[in-house]
Amino acid sequence: MSFINYASREINCKIVYYGPGLCGKTTNLQYIYNKTAQDAKGKMISLATETERTLFFDFLPLALGEIRGFKTRFHLYTVPGQVFYDASRKLILKGVDGVVFVADSQEERLDANIESLENLKDNLEEQGYQLEKLPFIIQYNKRDLPNCTPVEELRKLLNPDGVPDLEACAATGEGIFETLKAVAKQVLIDLKKGS
Amino acid sequence: MLGPQSSLVMYDEEYKRIMTLIEKLLRESNSNVIFLVDKNGQLIAATGETEHLDTTSLASLTAGNIAATGGLAKLIGEKEFSILFHEGEKDNIHISIIGGRVILVVIFDQRSSLGLVRLRVKKASIELGVILADLIRKTEIHDEAPGVDSPFAEITDDDIDNLFN
Ligand SMILES: Nc1nc2c(ncn2[C@@H]2O[C@H](COP(=O)(O)OP(=O)(O)O)[C@@H](O)[C@H]2O)c(=O)[nH]1
Ligand SMILES: [Mg+2]
Repeated sequence: MSFINYASREINCKIVYYGPGLCGKTTNLQYIYNKTAQDAKGKMISLATETERTLFFDFLPLALGEIRGFKTRFHLYTVPGQVFYDASRKLILKGVDGVVFVADSQEERLDANIESLENLKDNLEEQGYQLEKLPFIIQYNKRDLPNCTPVEELRKLLNPDGVPDLEACAATGEGIFETLKAVAKQVLIDLKKGS
Repeated sequence: MLGPQSSLVMYDEEYKRIMTLIEKLLRESNSNVIFLVDKNGQLIAATGETEHLDTTSLASLTAGNIAATGGLAKLIGEKEFSILFHEGEKDNIHISIIGGRVILVVIFDQRSSLGLVRLRVKKASIELGVILADLIRKTEIHDEAPGVDSPFAEITDDDIDNLFN
């Protein structure tokens, strides 16, 4: 749910990175944070356990620039991926404007991806959203690893509706800004339609 | 009440009314900082000694805090906890929910007291509720005629691409 502020001429949108535990959501945000100019970003907040597993969320505010005289801000959030943090995931989805599903391309994580995508749909529906109606991008991450499922197969299982999808390696940054750009674009197009 | 997918919109008139109100609350409660946050973590307005504060992060964490305690409330059969209070060594935070939708945060130190803050917040909440109701009514009218006066109706692909340069 975007926030349009005519008083300060700002527009704020919320984007959530979803996916199974350890698929690379936090790494996506860290890369974006590291590669963004100082004046365009706020502090990155990570509510994590001592072993750096996301406990509640990561948060990164970005100010991308102006559109039609309005400052455009994106608030990026990640969810904790582990199954038992479901209550927290639901909270973070509140007011979401766009979703990135980060899939872990490793063969042994295939089931975890499918389960997490189902969980995303359930949790959105519980709040009155439909995934099909939201700006939605799928990222096949960790393409650098040797034990990857071929993209065509991942596509068949995770993306039957053919939403925009792309390959990435969050560890090196490949595909990370492309993902952000793809989802931001859809969010702004939605706004244009006056959703 | 707004549906989950509709945007929150702020207009000049309501923004000015809100600022006047929270500035008055700041004075009358002897507090240091006051800010207003949407339940989704967007900062709506802030006043007081905000120069050294990361208000964007504060807004996001406040919303996370309210969301988490709201989850706790549900688990024990409460609707929500409408007031939260955090006591620090020097500074304290008083958080309350207004109109079910917006969060009012008051930061104060020993120059004020919990009793005074509570009293002033209670009074200000009623007025804030009225302004927010006006705002929601305006937003709904706006939603019925989407795009007509929206500055985003004319967004082009180039505009979007330019954001990422
Ligand atoms: N090889 C490889 N490792 C990655 C990639 N992306 C993330 N990782 C690693 O996967 C682990 C989990 O990443 P993290 O971002 O914490 O996952 P999260 O649970 O989704 O937030 C970390 O050790 C990352 O360094 C990638 O594209 N390739
Ligand atoms: Mg994480």
